[in-house]
Amino acid sequence: MSTDALTRRTVLAAGVAAAMIGASGLLVPARARGLAPTSSMRGGSNNYLPGAPIVERIGGGGFWMSGTVRRADDGVPIEGQRIQIWAHTTEGRERDPHSHGATLTDATGTFRLEMPQIVPTFGQPHGHLAYDGGDFETVFLRPVMRSAEETSLRADFVLRPV
Amino acid sequence: MVIWAALLVAIVAPIAATAFSPQLAWRDPIYIGSGFAGVIAMALLLLQPLLAGGYLPDLSVPQRRRAHRWIGTGLVAAVVLHVGGLWITSPPDVLDALLFRAPTFFSAWGVVAMWAVFGAALLALLLRRLGWRWWAWRLAHTSLAAIIVVGSVVHALLIEGTMETITKVLLCALVLAVTAKVLIDLRVWTTQTRRKTKA
Repeated sequence: MSTDALTRRTVLAAGVAAAMIGASGLLVPARARGLAPTSSMRGGSNNYLPGAPIVERIGGGGFWMSGTVRRADDGVPIEGQRIQIWAHTTEGRERDPHSHGATLTDATGTFRLEMPQIVPTFGQPHGHLAYDGGDFETVFLRPVMRSAEETSLRADFVLRPV
Repeated sequence: MVIWAALLVAIVAPIAATAFSPQLAWRDPIYIGSGFAGVIAMALLLLQPLLAGGYLPDLSVPQRRRAHRWIGTGLVAAVVLHVGGLWITSPPDVLDALLFRAPTFFSAWGVVAMWAVFGAALLALLLRRLGWRWWAWRLAHTSLAAIIVVGSVVHALLIEGTMETITKVLLCALVLAVTAKVLIDLRVWTTQTRRKTKA
């Protein structure tokens, strides 16, 4: 019986080649049409208060939270979606109601809300964002700033229709 | 005298530097207190290997044993205040940490170190009742001590908090160095010692 066809070396080589093809993105066209929905991040919903009001800006401002909202699969920007934002800032703790606010996406699916400077809490300078309207599945995000000195932070949503 | 002065500086400097953190301005008293409890625990941690190894001058063996026990009790209290204060500040964040599902990598190290602190203290409390061989008890206690030190140091270094960076790094390096020294000096983890003590 010949064992040449399936030595450990060929199996390894085939495995590595398969992994390289997978990693190189050559197989991506198979799912290019389907933009994957954003998953909620760990700890994203911490200190969430449902129903934050739509505001011009949170507190005195000086810091910008921005991002986009698109639909899963086709990536179409979604207008008029309510994004809730809260964080530990120079003006209040995460769970203080006055640290919370909401804004709506424009025709390009973009949102932008001015808020007080985010300061580190629980070891990281980070913000919280929530989408919990009825049309799409709820998503909670918790982006972290690269440095506490930064004056803006962004987070993008890709939502899956309910 | 020089050693005591250096020790005083090593312990007081990180605590004092924390008091000047600009972040304190954005925190309420309980959050500030729990942060300080963590810093104090880190500073107390330096004393434990120093006492265990007998590196501090002018202390008799019973004196340093008693001191080691008191500092150990203080450590447990500081850890409880640290975690308790954080719990009051933000329950969901602490719950995530305790359940090892927090987004912050450092919290898992802190939680492991916390359980090791409780374990080491429990071993000390039950020293007589357990009736273990001395080498076995010491191996268990010092293994937990090593976990406490490594866990606490990684925990502290990864946090962007109220501790001032330079004093934090120096304190962590000192704690690591003294712990390594005492583990080597006392030959806790070598089989030779075990054989000797058993015989």
